[in-house]
Amino acid sequence: MTSYNARKLKSQAAALLALGCVLVALIPLASILYEVVSRGLPAVDWAFLTERTKSSGQPGSGIGNAILGTVLLVGWGSLIGLPMGILTGIYISEYGNNWFGRTVRFFNDILGNFPSIVIGLLAYSLVVTVVGFSMISGAVALGIIMVPLVASTTEEALRMVPNSLREASLALGVPRWKTVLKIMLSNARSGLVTGALLAVARIAGETAPLILTAFGNSFWETGLFEPVSALPLVIFRNAMSPYADLQQQAWGAAFVLIMMVLALNIVVRLLTRLRFKSMSKKKVVSKIWLQRLRPST
Amino acid sequence: MAAEIETQHLNAYFGDVHAVKGVDLRISSNRITAIIGPSGCGKSTLIRCMNRMHEVVRGARVDGKVLVGGEDIYGPGTDPVTIRRKVGMVFQKPNPFPTMSIYDNVAAGLRLNGVRDWKRLDDTVERSLRLAALWDEVKENLAASGVSISGGQQQRLCIARALAVEPEILLLDEPCSALDPIATAKIEDLLFDLKSRYTIVIVTHNMQQAARIADNTAFMYMGKLIESGDTKTIFENPEKELTEKYITGRFG
Amino acid sequence: MSPRKAYENELAELDRQVTEMARKTQQAIELAVRSFERLDQDMAAQVRKLDEELYYLNIDIEKRCLEIIALQSPVAKDLRTIGTYIKVITDFDRIGRYARDIADVTGHTKDMAHFKPLVSIPHMAAMAEKMVDTSVKAFLERDTEPTKEVFELEDMVDSLYDEIFREIITYMMEDSKKIGFGINYLLVARYLERIADHACNISERVIYMVTGQRVVKE
Repeated sequence: MTSYNARKLKSQAAALLALGCVLVALIPLASILYEVVSRGLPAVDWAFLTERTKSSGQPGSGIGNAILGTVLLVGWGSLIGLPMGILTGIYISEYGNNWFGRTVRFFNDILGNFPSIVIGLLAYSLVVTVVGFSMISGAVALGIIMVPLVASTTEEALRMVPNSLREASLALGVPRWKTVLKIMLSNARSGLVTGALLAVARIAGETAPLILTAFGNSFWETGLFEPVSALPLVIFRNAMSPYADLQQQAWGAAFVLIMMVLALNIVVRLLTRLRFKSMSKKKVVSKIWLQRLRPST
Repeated sequence: MAAEIETQHLNAYFGDVHAVKGVDLRISSNRITAIIGPSGCGKSTLIRCMNRMHEVVRGARVDGKVLVGGEDIYGPGTDPVTIRRKVGMVFQKPNPFPTMSIYDNVAAGLRLNGVRDWKRLDDTVERSLRLAALWDEVKENLAASGVSISGGQQQRLCIARALAVEPEILLLDEPCSALDPIATAKIEDLLFDLKSRYTIVIVTHNMQQAARIADNTAFMYMGKLIESGDTKTIFENPEKELTEKYITGRFG
Repeated sequence: MSPRKAYENELAELDRQVTEMARKTQQAIELAVRSFERLDQDMAAQVRKLDEELYYLNIDIEKRCLEIIALQSPVAKDLRTIGTYIKVITDFDRIGRYARDIADVTGHTKDMAHFKPLVSIPHMAAMAEKMVDTSVKAFLERDTEPTKEVFELEDMVDSLYDEIFREIITYMMEDSKKIGFGINYLLVARYLERIADHACNISERVIYMVTGQRVVKE
């Protein structure tokens, strides 16, 4: 066999091996999807999505309040986590070139690796001991989980903005804080949005902290200081129950949750793609200009 | 409107690296002064000291005086932001803001400093684009993205943007090195026209460019100012042997 | 190690050619004067040949100088040197032409003879030759010192020229048969004076090439 053929064969063998590993890695994903869809989809109907959760045996039980609860928890959590995360990210990226900044970055990385149940415990000791199991304590836990994620992606997005733009703005006599706000952020926009959405998708699925904070609720509840239901909690509790109908609900809830996360991820991808397309034509600015342009041509 | 610059015992450092060593240089107003020298000689660092952009880099510091229009821009209590409006800068690689239109780019300096009056912005944009010899080429298309035009046009856009804040001095750091000869020629013509209104300092590694457009030329080597003076004299009969060796290409 | 090797080689080649032209010019003067003194036709023919060589060298060197200017953008000393080359080759060419003119005078003296022993003309020729030699030396050595001597000699050459003029005119007035040959002396003296003048030009160019200063008459 010529050396060329031998090399070709080796190359093909390596490619096949890599493909094989990919397929193996995809097996768990495929099986999860299969299980969830096959067991969960049948449980989903309009009633399922709009009724509140009830105990086993009671008719008309659904996950409506859990969906609402997840949405509210994610919303309040983002309200807490996004601004803190973005501002932290800005600080680390723009002003953090000293020992303090490095320390912040270090602790940010550590916090990002904390087990989420520990964060739940923190929220428990800080908030639940004061106001009891509640939406706000869940939101606090989720917000804290979000901060390191958003801070990292924000820092990354800002770092990707070419330094030449920063210099151009400073050279025009624009003060530093305005440069950061107007120039850097607007150029890092898509990175920031992506980071935020990914963080949101992540906390939508967090379970452990919610057990210790939001606690769960069988009723429609939107009060900040009341325990609230959430999809991961429903999945957790119902999966462990001995009743078949409740287990069915767990699969249904899992299906809905995965669909939500999938939808968020698809939105992120679409937004990223759209950004590149829209680079050619940009905003029109002054209405006076439009008026002036017409008579002159 | 145009001001003189004078550096006195100017030293600039990047941490421990001594990049500019005791430079005393006078830049005449309404003239084009070129600063030439081999790579790493400190010429870019020198002009970045003239609009306080040097200190933006981490660990950078400046020692000595830089007088713009007679006043030391490093004096106590001086605000770098104000200085940078008086002393504008155009960079080597054209850097228009990509998320903004041509109009927005030119207006950026004013807008970001709180100017809201549309009439004033419109007038400034048109005036600046005319000064930069770009008006006729883009007037039909001001809403187009700042990065949708050619490289040479982008650089002229950056010049227009710098002129819009009405500086007294324009610093250009190798503005043509990323451009083709025709775009370069257009910018050189432009600078020639601009010198009646502004003081212009241009850093260039292209000696023929300095010879073509500059009234005065300064030669730097290893952080020191070796010789400066009338361009004709520098290129016909320089005083220092080092200058002669550099401009005849006898050392790389 | 200088990075502009090709350019330096071209400059060196150019220098060699200009040096060759200078040498040929010196030869031409020497031969021309000897040929007139001895009324030697063969020598005169050699001078004519040298003049032709000088003519072509002038054209070729000028062409090369302009090429270097177009392609290499010489500045400072290089530029002054090349500018000097362009000027001095004209001077060399003119000197060669005058040498040939002297040889032509010799050519017209077939079957004739001197009517007086030559004293002033060889003296003047020696000075003119010295001026050319000294200018060429200054040029080749890039040294302005020798040029002082050239300027001093110029005055002496001028006064010698006047002297010869008066002397020959006197001869011609006394004896009209001497007019025919006397004119030759006048012509030769005239050509030598012109040669000396060009030698001064060369010295002035050398001063510019070395110092960058131009010698301007007040």
